[in-house]
Parts: sequence; C-alpha cells; structure tokens
Amino acid sequence: MKRLTLTALLAATFAGTALVSPAAYADGKEQYVPLPTYRVGPYASSGTLWWAGEIDYLRYINDVEGGINGVKLKVEEFETEWSPDRTVEVYERVKNGKDGAPVAFFFTHGTPATYALTERSAKDKISLIDPAGGQPEATNGLVFSYVFPLLLNYYSQASVGINYIAQKEGGFDKLKGKKIVTVYHDSAYGRATQPAVTVLAKKYGFEDVQIPVADPGNEQSPQWRQVREIKPDWVFLRTWGVSTPVAIKTAARFGIPADHIIGDVWAGSEADVIPAGAAATGYQALAPYPGGPEFEIHNRLRKTILEAGKSDLKDPKFFGAVYYNIGLINAALAVEALRVGQAKFGNRPLNGEEGHWAFEHLTIDDARLKQIGFYGLLQSIKLSPADHEGGGAARIQQWDGKKWVLVTDWIQADHALLRPLIEEKSAAYAKEHNITPRTLAGEN
Amino acid sequence: MNLFLETFIGGLLAGTMYSLVAIGFVLIYKASGVFNFAQGSILLFSGLTFVTLLEKGVPFAGALAITIVILVVGAVVIERTVLRPLANRSPMTLFMATLGLSYVVEGTAQGLMGAQVHALDLGIEDVPVFIGDVMISQFDLVAALTAVLLAAVLALLFNRTRIGVSLRAVADDTRAALSIGINLNRIWQIVWAVAGITGLVAGMLWGARQGIQFSLSLVVLKALPVLIIGGFTSIGGAIVGGLIVGAAETLAETYIGRFVGGGITPWFPYFLAIAFLYIRPAGLFGERALERV
Repeated sequence: MKRLTLTALLAATFAGTALVSPAAYADGKEQYVPLPTYRVGPYASSGTLWWAGEIDYLRYINDVEGGINGVKLKVEEFETEWSPDRTVEVYERVKNGKDGAPVAFFFTHGTPATYALTERSAKDKISLIDPAGGQPEATNGLVFSYVFPLLLNYYSQASVGINYIAQKEGGFDKLKGKKIVTVYHDSAYGRATQPAVTVLAKKYGFEDVQIPVADPGNEQSPQWRQVREIKPDWVFLRTWGVSTPVAIKTAARFGIPADHIIGDVWAGSEADVIPAGAAATGYQALAPYPGGPEFEIHNRLRKTILEAGKSDLKDPKFFGAVYYNIGLINAALAVEALRVGQAKFGNRPLNGEEGHWAFEHLTIDDARLKQIGFYGLLQSIKLSPADHEGGGAARIQQWDGKKWVLVTDWIQADHALLRPLIEEKSAAYAKEHNITPRTLAGEN
Repeated sequence: MNLFLETFIGGLLAGTMYSLVAIGFVLIYKASGVFNFAQGSILLFSGLTFVTLLEKGVPFAGALAITIVILVVGAVVIERTVLRPLANRSPMTLFMATLGLSYVVEGTAQGLMGAQVHALDLGIEDVPVFIGDVMISQFDLVAALTAVLLAAVLALLFNRTRIGVSLRAVADDTRAALSIGINLNRIWQIVWAVAGITGLVAGMLWGARQGIQFSLSLVVLKALPVLIIGGFTSIGGAIVGGLIVGAAETLAETYIGRFVGGGITPWFPYFLAIAFLYIRPAGLFGERALERV
C-alpha cells in the first residue's frame, strides 16, 4: 500500500512537471539560457549571491522590458557544486536547446569547466562564456574560436595589479628592485598569472617571488613565515575560497600590512574579508566587478524586482555585494550580446553559430552603459574575432572594515606587452591540437 | 635556529587544532568501532548554529547552551533513526550510514541557516606573542590550552564517572557490556552528544580563524592522518598525533617545500601516516586488534 501511494505520488509529480514544461517552451519565441550553478557545497556562499544577481537581471529583462526585442529568456538552473565533470554533463544535456528554444552560448561559471569543455564547444560551435576566467591565451579568438575569457583575463589581472602598484609607488621606474610576492592557490587558476608576471618583472626590474598555498589553505603559517623573511614591498594575493580570509589573518599575524596586499578578482568579495575581521581593513582588490548597491541598475532593480518581491536574493543585505554584482554584469553581457546578434539575424532566438557571431561583435560603449544603468559598474568593452577579452581593465576597491570603497577609476592592462605572450601560448596550443588559426577573410 | 624553533613551536600549536577535530572521531570509534564520516558536517552544523544564534542577538552563554541542547537532541535523533536500526550490522554498513548522514547534516545546516560566510569573534586576538625572537600566535596558544583542557575533561569523564565506566565497557566488549545490563542505545546517544560538543569546540576555534563556512567540514581531512598516527582509540593519541602532524607539515613546508614546488601541507601528513602504518599499524596509542583465526 505504501509502495502504491509512493508510486502514485511520483506519477502525480511527473505529470505536474510534464504539464508545465511544454507550454513554457513551445511558443518558439524563447531563448534558452541554461545556468550551471552551485547553491550547495563548498562554494555556495559565492554561488547563491552570483545566481541571485544573474537571475534578477534576466528576470528584469523578461518582466520589465518584455524580453530582448520580445524574445523571452527561458532560464534553467543545474546544480553542479562547482564540479567540472557535472558542468560537462549539463553542457551535453543542454547544447541542443530545449523544446525548440535554442542555446546561443553557455556560461561555464568556472575556469576548470572552461578547460574541460574547450574542445567539445569548438566541435559543437557553442561559445563558452567565462568572464574574468578561462585560459588567458583564449583571448586569441583566431585559435580559440569558441572560448571567451571576457572582461579581464588572468594576464590582464596581473598587469592591472602591477600598474596599480606602480601608481602607488610613483611611477614604473620606482618598481626596479622592489620585491613583489605572489601568494597563490596551487591550482591552474592560481598559476595562471605566472607567465605574465615573469614578463612584467623582466620589463620593470622587480623581483618576482611565487609562493603556493595548497587547497583548501586553512593553515598558512609556513607560507607567511616565508613572506615575512622575504620582506616584500607588495603582496599579490591570488587565493580562492577559505584560503583568502586565512591568508589575510595570517599575514596580519606576521606583520604584513593589509594595505600592501592586493587581492585578485576572485579574492575580493565580502566573503573574503568579513571572516578576517579587523585584519582585513585596508585590504585592496582588483574589481572588474565593483561592489556596492548604488549604481543606476540597482535603483531600477530595487524598484522593479526587489520591492516587487521577485528577487532571487534571500537576504536583501547582500544586494550590491560583489558576487551579486558579478551576476548582474555577466547577465548584462549576455543580454547585450543577444541584442547585437538580433540586430544582424532578426528579432528571434539565436542558435550557437549566431550567438558566436554576436559575442565576437559585442561592443558596449559608455553611452550604452549609461542607457542600461551599468556605467561605473561595468567597463566599456569591444570584442572582435581576434580579441575575445574585449575589456582588459579593472578598478581597485579597498575594504574599510564595513564595505568596499572604490579607490580608482578603470586601470587598463598593458595589452601591447601581453599580446605577444597570448600569441605565443595560443600558437603552442594550436600546434598541439592541430588547429589552423582562422583567417578573417570572408567573415563579416 | 630561531626560524626552526618558531616553525616547530608554531607547528605544534597548530597541530592541537587538528587534535580537537580528531578527538570527536576517537570518541565514536571507541564506543562503536565506526569511523564517523559525519563528524566534519557536525562541526559545521554546530559552528553555524552557534554563530547564527549570536547574530540573532542571543548572548554568548545562551547561544552556547542552546547549541549544546540542539546537539544532544540531534544525537538522540541520529541514534534512533540511523544507528539503532543498523545495530549489529558490520562496521562498513555503519560507516556508509555516517557517509549518508554527512550529506543530510550539511544540507540541513545550509538549508536552515544559509550558505553565507559568517565572522566569529571569540574575543581571542590572533596577534603574535614574542618569546625572545621566537614569534608564537596567541590564538594558537589558547587553542592548545583548550585542547589539553578538553582532553583532561574527557579523561575524567571516561575514568571517574559511572557513564565513563559504561562507555569503556562497551568499547572493550559490546556483547559483555550488554549481558550485564548496560544500555547500548543510551551509551551511543551520550557518545554522539559528547562528540557533537567536541565538534562545537573545534568548530568555534576553527571558525574564529577562517570564518564559519562550508569548508569547516573539510577540516576533518586533517584528522585522518592524526588518527592513523595517534591511534583511533586514544584521546591522548589524538593529541600526540595532532602535535606530530602539525610540526611535521610545517617543518616540511618550510624546509622541503621549496625543493618540490611548495604547497605540500595537504599531502605530507598522509605520507607520514603511511609510514606509520608500515611501522605501527594501530598507531602510537591505538589498541592492537588480536583475532583468533
């Protein structure tokens, strides 16, 4: 009897789901946007805010603006716990769209997943979107056609950090002889800036010391004892998750001042500094995704989404948190790319090839940023087939003990210096994978 | 020499933080012969409950008391719903049950109290204290004292109380203990409650250092080599094992790490544990199992 009841319950649930789904997808005017997310597990503290920002903006586009030129976005989440193998599984499930709604691009939401999907996506002709992540050499879209390390690749992150240090020291000539220690998460992500820092150290004459912290990094006394012995002028902190607050606290214990530590993009959120308490006051971080709830888009969302009770954010105190803003920015990039694509292919849902064209021709200038309410929050960007980064700048924000305060305007990376490195690495990849780089002849 | 001394002492003190986590495993292993995979989740759950209560304005002592009550209730629920139905099953079955339990506890913690990171200020400053030129962390000193105190209290509980004698009887021979009327279910409830409280202490100290967040449940990865080295059945062994692991990994990172690319602290304790398994499979203080074949 119990088994019968359970079977009936399952059947009813399935029937309920089956009744809802086709109606939701069947009108042919929907763009399918699958989101591999992580709301549970070790990285849930970042994920829950990130998806809230992403979903709130997509909901705003659907509910307030009536979709993109009338095309509604059909968002579907898939829990991955930030596991690349699960993200690959999600990709395989969604790459052909759903119920007639096509996929124009795929957010990987993590560098390891981008690495894992690079070859598959090229075969399937679906663009992988990984802002401020991915392989830096994938900036060269002539080799990595379907990977987009948008906004700020890892080489640019290193370059912006060094440019800021030069600014603080009073000029690039003052970098000569300085000691800059990078404490990094011992992973592909953590090591990603090393080639760029080597080039920068050679150019400006500073001493580059790299010290790894193995995951998860919840005990770092040996590393920071080494840092203390080196007596660095500046520390570049490229940690992730729990290793960031532990680094900041341990650094304080070993007498390294927080205002001489610069965190990278993924070591610069509230979750990185709040657990470190007073030790984090003065800590600075690269901010292609600045924190704060006072940008124009926040005013619009506050009125139409938050106050209307439609927000995905469970606790409104995180409205404008760095991870929430990451979600907003990523969603805005996707929406703007779809607009660009629709302008060429018509006001309808786009497929993978069309989405690829759209991202390669995405331009968002200051005037457009003002229109969409992202001025100050998002840098102006211009992508091309040869440049899948498109931006390459970050602001610097500083933790005042309670909130992030933006202390600079956008600082550009040294693209002229970094481009040969990108060419070299991408050429090596092309050779290894037998890829003939695209030529732009015949493309429009 | 100063660097060596500082590294060594710092490592010993950090190791006591690992001991605190390992003690929770020892308690349950002693009473039931089960490696409790859910101990990390219990550590997370207890820390998260405590800090959530604090953030809701409950005073420190009240938050501590309520958390302990919740842990005791949780222990009773776990015993009734997970352990009792599986009594007399193989240790592997019970181990798998604790594996499933860990997901339930983690999910419950994040579902009820959210996934955000919380700061926990216990009023212990993480500032250096200098003895000569040797720098020692004040926080680590407090953690070490706490571990020693906890071990002493547990030793008293095991050796000087009626409950303790019953616990030891169950640990020595479960069937014999049952035959003289010891209530095994009650013993399991008590042991799980005490292990939960030990997890709370560890969770508070680790949480004060790194924030109360999901990764607290991963701290247990450091407990396994501590247990292999110290022995699964000895609280003193957990303390000594923690000291060995803490000192060895810190010295190894400082003096060997640079020659092998650095970042060796996660795997070096396991390397050490494997070496101990070759020399002394039961650990330094563990009971050697003798079986008639």
